[in-house]
Amino acid sequence: MGDLILGIETSCDETAAAVVERATIVRSSIVSSQVQQHAVFGGVVPEIAGRAHVQELVPVLADALAEAGVSGGDIDAVAATTGPGLVGSLLVGVSAAKALSLVWDVPFVAVNHLEAHLYASFLEEPDLELPLVVLLVSGGHTMLVLMEGHGRYRLLGSTLDDAAGEAFDKVARYLGLGYPGGPAIDALSVEGDPAAFAYPRSMVQENPDTLPEGRRYAFSFSGLKTAVVNHVRSDPGVATADVAASFQEAVVDALVTKTRWAIQATGARGACLGGGVAANSRLRERFLDVCTETGVRAFLPSRAMCTDNAAMVAAAGWWSLRSDGPSPLDTGADPNLGLPLLP
Amino acid sequence: MLILGIESAGTQVGCAVGGHEGVLASAHSGRGRRHAEALAPQIDFVRRQAGIEISEIAAVAVDVGPGLFTGLRVGIATAVAMAYGLGVPMIPVPSLDLMAFPARWSNRLIVVALDARRGELFTALFRKVPGGVQRVRDAAVRTPQELSAEIQALDEPTLFIGDGALRYVDSFAGLRGVEMAEQGLANPSARYLVQLAHARAMREEFVQPWELEPVYLRLPDAQINWSTREGGA
Ligand SMILES: [Zn+2]
Repeated sequence: MGDLILGIETSCDETAAAVVERATIVRSSIVSSQVQQHAVFGGVVPEIAGRAHVQELVPVLADALAEAGVSGGDIDAVAATTGPGLVGSLLVGVSAAKALSLVWDVPFVAVNHLEAHLYASFLEEPDLELPLVVLLVSGGHTMLVLMEGHGRYRLLGSTLDDAAGEAFDKVARYLGLGYPGGPAIDALSVEGDPAAFAYPRSMVQENPDTLPEGRRYAFSFSGLKTAVVNHVRSDPGVATADVAASFQEAVVDALVTKTRWAIQATGARGACLGGGVAANSRLRERFLDVCTETGVRAFLPSRAMCTDNAAMVAAAGWWSLRSDGPSPLDTGADPNLGLPLLP
Repeated sequence: MLILGIESAGTQVGCAVGGHEGVLASAHSGRGRRHAEALAPQIDFVRRQAGIEISEIAAVAVDVGPGLFTGLRVGIATAVAMAYGLGVPMIPVPSLDLMAFPARWSNRLIVVALDARRGELFTALFRKVPGGVQRVRDAAVRTPQELSAEIQALDEPTLFIGDGALRYVDSFAGLRGVEMAEQGLANPSARYLVQLAHARAMREEFVQPWELEPVYLRLPDAQINWSTREGGA
């Protein structure tokens, strides 16, 4: 029972719905992106996003059910992202999910967007190897977490300033590569030399033990961003591809080095990558290298499942329904929801 | 034909169920503007009070605005999802029409003014016609001063309705022959929504869930700033 979950995701600028069976079989995953509507403003405009979600809601739901070959009556539970995200956007998905749970008389499940990104990795590999080191990297978050079980997370470290995705966006904007910046830098870096410039890697060194405990797994990208900006300003003729590749290498270096430290220090059996930045090719490549090198199993979501989608929401909802049961109908949206961390 | 009505354009959120026999049950709540938290439990409560199954609902009526953006979206998203899930059509009703409806016995010019925040009002004018009210000026955004000047020029007895009218009562107090409707009519009501929608359902004035158009009346802030900047450049 509870095998067929309809997931709904509206936390930012993608309206998405998906039908997933037993958290592993993606029967459908529909994503309607508003990126074009926001591109002219260089970032997501909350009110434009909220309106677009209302407009896209029914077509996306209808496509998700049709592609899965199911009707409403076949759905066993409805899961929706309740946070973190833009409140006016989150409320569209939460309201719709609760309405559908009433209509179909099935449980409603509130899903944490950060957990959903993490569960994207288990869509293809449902057999967990615990404990698991999780690197969660997106436009809003950069953190290393030790997952001890479903819903059991211990924070190892997070960014002290910009999120990795934010750094990509800012540098891409400075280099005139447009919005969103992550894919643009990823693509351009292929033509550049990652070793062309030695940009700073904050709090990264040979021996992690020489770093104070609070900084060992912490990240900082604002100094790197400033270094790139100053460099380009002092040498306007520099090859943009080399700058992009060297910048990307510095970000990835910090991310994978600390992931390796975390695996070694915690005795983790696996490592999992999640969040929008997990789509970055260089990060994927080097994350896999670290897993091979340390002998742990790698959980890497497929590229389509890295960026915001509803299949990961449905998967997280299935696990959450099994461990905690349905969520109450008076659940609202929480724009600042964090990962539920163990003390 | 049973109709579920959902209303969330103002500071309150509410829903009601009714049909030929009138309104069978309704609920409204206002404090704290927790529309998203309140609405789904309200729907469940109201359908139990009415003694019906959700599957008996044959149409979903919704207040499409204008109203406070975030609250409005909660009601609209809930309503379109209900209608889509049930496979039933929808009846869109504008918030200001809904607010004028309980004043349909008045011979005065009906001025509806819903508080739009930022010192502005969502407002429209109505007159009584047999069986209801008719809009005589479309919904617009006005400052209390602009609305007051407009009504003064018309120079006729008026009835002001809405939380915006009450909030800016001082701006309208100097007008000749002005009357203020009571607090109880200051917000759009899901009960009147179901009554109004029932008449429209009899005339089959339906839209499909994917055709429903919210009435915002204001552009998102970024677009306002953008067009000003573009226009100025
Ligand atoms: Zn995300």
